Amino acid sequence: MSNFNLTHLQELEAESIYILREVAAQFERPVLLFSGGKDSIVLVHLSLKAFWPAPVPFPLLHIDTGHNFPETLEYRDKLVRQTGTTLIVGSVEESIRQGRVVDEKGVNASRNVLQTTTLLDAIAAHKFDAAIGGARRDEEKARAKERFFSHRDEFGQWDPKNQRPELWNIFNGRKRLGEHFRVFPISNWTEMDVWQYILLEKIEMPSLYFTHRRLVFQRDGVWLADAPFMAKFPDEKVVEMDVRCRTIGDVTCTGVTLSHANSVEDIVNEIAATRITERGGRYDDRRSDAAMEDRKREGYF
Amino acid sequence: MSMNQNPTEGYLDMELLRFTTAGSVDDGKSTLIGRLLYDSKAIFEDQMEAVKDYSLRRGRTEIDLSLFTDGLRSEREQGITIDVAYRYFATPKRKFIIADTPGHIQYTRNMVTGASTANAAIILIDARNGITEQTRRHCFIASLLRIPNLIVCVNKMDLVDYDASIYNRILFEFKSLESKLNFNEIKFVPISALNGDNVVQKSAKMPWYTGITLLEVLETTDIQTGNNFTDGRFPVQYVIRPHHTNYHDYRGYAGRIEGGIFHPGDQVVVLPSGFRSVVESIDQYKSSVTEAFPPMSVTMRLADDLDISRGDMIVKADSMPDVGQDINAMVCWMNPSPMRLGGSYILRQTTREVKCILRDSASRVDVNTLEETDSHEALSMNEIGRVNIKTAKPLVFDTYQRNRRTGSLILIDEATNETVGVGMIV
Repeated sequence: MSNFNLTHLQELEAESIYILREVAAQFERPVLLFSGGKDSIVLVHLSLKAFWPAPVPFPLLHIDTGHNFPETLEYRDKLVRQTGTTLIVGSVEESIRQGRVVDEKGVNASRNVLQTTTLLDAIAAHKFDAAIGGARRDEEKARAKERFFSHRDEFGQWDPKNQRPELWNIFNGRKRLGEHFRVFPISNWTEMDVWQYILLEKIEMPSLYFTHRRLVFQRDGVWLADAPFMAKFPDEKVVEMDVRCRTIGDVTCTGVTLSHANSVEDIVNEIAATRITERGGRYDDRRSDAAMEDRKREGYF
Repeated sequence: MSMNQNPTEGYLDMELLRFTTAGSVDDGKSTLIGRLLYDSKAIFEDQMEAVKDYSLRRGRTEIDLSLFTDGLRSEREQGITIDVAYRYFATPKRKFIIADTPGHIQYTRNMVTGASTANAAIILIDARNGITEQTRRHCFIASLLRIPNLIVCVNKMDLVDYDASIYNRILFEFKSLESKLNFNEIKFVPISALNGDNVVQKSAKMPWYTGITLLEVLETTDIQTGNNFTDGRFPVQYVIRPHHTNYHDYRGYAGRIEGGIFHPGDQVVVLPSGFRSVVESIDQYKSSVTEAFPPMSVTMRLADDLDISRGDMIVKADSMPDVGQDINAMVCWMNPSPMRLGGSYILRQTTREVKCILRDSASRVDVNTLEETDSHEALSMNEIGRVNIKTAKPLVFDTYQRNRRTGSLILIDEATNETVGVGMIV
């Protein structure tokens, strides 16, 4: 029987493709949440594989905080062109203009929390019944218990103590009108798995993940990228360093790491040697011990 | 033990083992998982700092390894694990997925959930207490869910002076349990999760133990025993019809191989309709493969143009499954509202969804003694028993013993849409 053995990456890929096909089969209006980060890029790649030679049967939704790295938007538009997918953009700026949310004030202001409202508004406006996300269980404590098919009530909220049992490979996506599901096809992948897969599949990645010179400053031990909208304390000195992003999100909360990694192989080696989790550089998780759980309950990604 | 050596070389062809751990706060299960993660360097510095910080704030002097696995705020407050949590670590040989479940009797449903996808189960026995009701319950659930490999860890050996006779007495006691269990293989390891003896490193304090460490057991456990390689089973998940000029006539059936080995040219039968055809091609992204086996996700094309949709099953003609509307299943009830005997539910099995009526309950299993007794009472939450189900349309199935994927089902309440019961076809 030893011939009939998949590698762990092949098995993870098979599982994720199975989940994506379940979404297409069980829901009427699914959407893929595209952040421009590596996890959502891998999701797009898996979607292409799952439905080939047919086109991907759902659009991509990008929640634009207005504080994006320009490289992210460039990459996004190119990917959409190359893959023939449809892109929908939900704008946090627009939510602010409409008075749906109010920008945070002060030095640690971030639009990360505001995204939730824009996301839920977009889901309601387009009547999406399943939002596919790139969250992984290894990222954060609260996510370790999230189901592949995660039910959200009509307010978009997650109830971690009352999740549906999920057994074998049978997924229950039944819901009432107005409710929706978040689906996480790469739940079982680790950061290492994602990069190894990118290496193996030769997936083109945004330049932000590779080493580049950038103006940065340090806050609480985390390196942050400088930008016109980044408020700084007087003692926070902007310096130029060789850095790369380990995760890509809104500029205000994405920490960068000092790195000379120039290729996917370099990144894989760097992660193998590293002793800090990728979310360790995420400013938004540092707010409290249960920061992620609280945001998720409210309907965050 | 970390993946530091040659990550790009070694890591790409690792295998994947999914295992489950069951236990309560008292038997050191969280500490064992913390130990595995810590010693295999799957815990990062910032996670370590967060746990250190939390331990100190709670007035503990040492780092509490169990805190690595306690995720949700409510659990931390109560100091118990309330649900299934998934953990990941890797060695140069394998990647591991742990389904970590709580062990109290009221959490039978969580244990069943964790066990459903596992290929091995770790059972913890406190060396001071020997085999308890909880040990029997965990073993029985693992056996009922057909986890092929059982690993029995006799923990807290440090608290019995690493005494060989205590370990051997527990092994001897366990023999009386074995006749009631159904595993491919059972292995035993004496450990101290707290001190790390025989978890990742061989213990110098137990020279009388000549076997391998727990991590070595996990690295060598057979990962294929959970799959059926004999009966060709391919439930159709989704029909792929591109409708564009290059692939105008393409009609592919997407799904996962749930049993057997398929090749182009194989004689197949589509069930429940009974149409016969031949496999023309097995496709993956921009290419075709010469064979497909569990758990591959593929797209199959057949030589004949047949009416096939989601919920149908393509099977190999040389070994036919059962097709029928009268199903007997060992059911575990998962919901606070008890089962309604005679009530109608939605049943899902493979990719098929049908209405059903739960006609009769025939027995009740005592998960502590492993005894099955006659009972016609409806099941309540965390209870397990034999149930007779009548479906509105035929199911295509195997017994759970023969195939975990085609022999399992879930029951959904039509009013709430919740998954209220899960069943293993007998």
